[in-house]
Amino acid sequence: MDLVGDVLLWSGVFFIGLTCLGLLRLPDFYTRAHAVSKSETLGLGLLCAGMAFHAQDGLVSGKFLLLLGFGALINPLAAHLLTRAAVRSGLAVWTKREAKPDASEETGRS
Amino acid sequence: MDTFGGAATAIILISIINMYRLIQGRTLFDRMLALAAIGTNTIILVGLAGFVFSRPEMFVDVALAYALLNFVSIVVISKYLERRKEQ
Repeated sequence: MDLVGDVLLWSGVFFIGLTCLGLLRLPDFYTRAHAVSKSETLGLGLLCAGMAFHAQDGLVSGKFLLLLGFGALINPLAAHLLTRAAVRSGLAVWTKREAKPDASEETGRS
Repeated sequence: MDTFGGAATAIILISIINMYRLIQGRTLFDRMLALAAIGTNTIILVGLAGFVFSRPEMFVDVALAYALLNFVSIVVISKYLERRKEQ
């Protein structure tokens, strides 16, 4: 039981680290939003499942599973709201033809 | 007990590396995205701190409340950024 919890915890930490890598290395706001919404949600879910395995009390495990469902609900929703705000305020989408994508993002806003 | 301390240390280091995008991010939306990621990391960190201090039944309520607060702040700021163009 503890081994399963440890494996879930460390795989969650791996996916959170993957989120950090995507947030640093991807070229555009939209690709970064993609990295944060998916990978961060999976990491939060795996870590909450691992902590629910490690908790001795049944009520505490249920609260960690509630936190899992809550995070799976609100984390993509927050990324979607930010991306919709970026689209409606006219943030330019990265295309590979541009030489320096980050430099042209500010001029792409209307 | 050792697993939770190691995982919490890794999450803290990842949050510090995420602050590069928070400080240097080219657009305002990048900063907001890094803020959302750091907020999610904080939720996990509060849950792990409950196990480190061997009192998870108290810290899990704090983590749930912080998740709600983080989501509400992201919603309000993104609504503000969405309406900013019309003015």
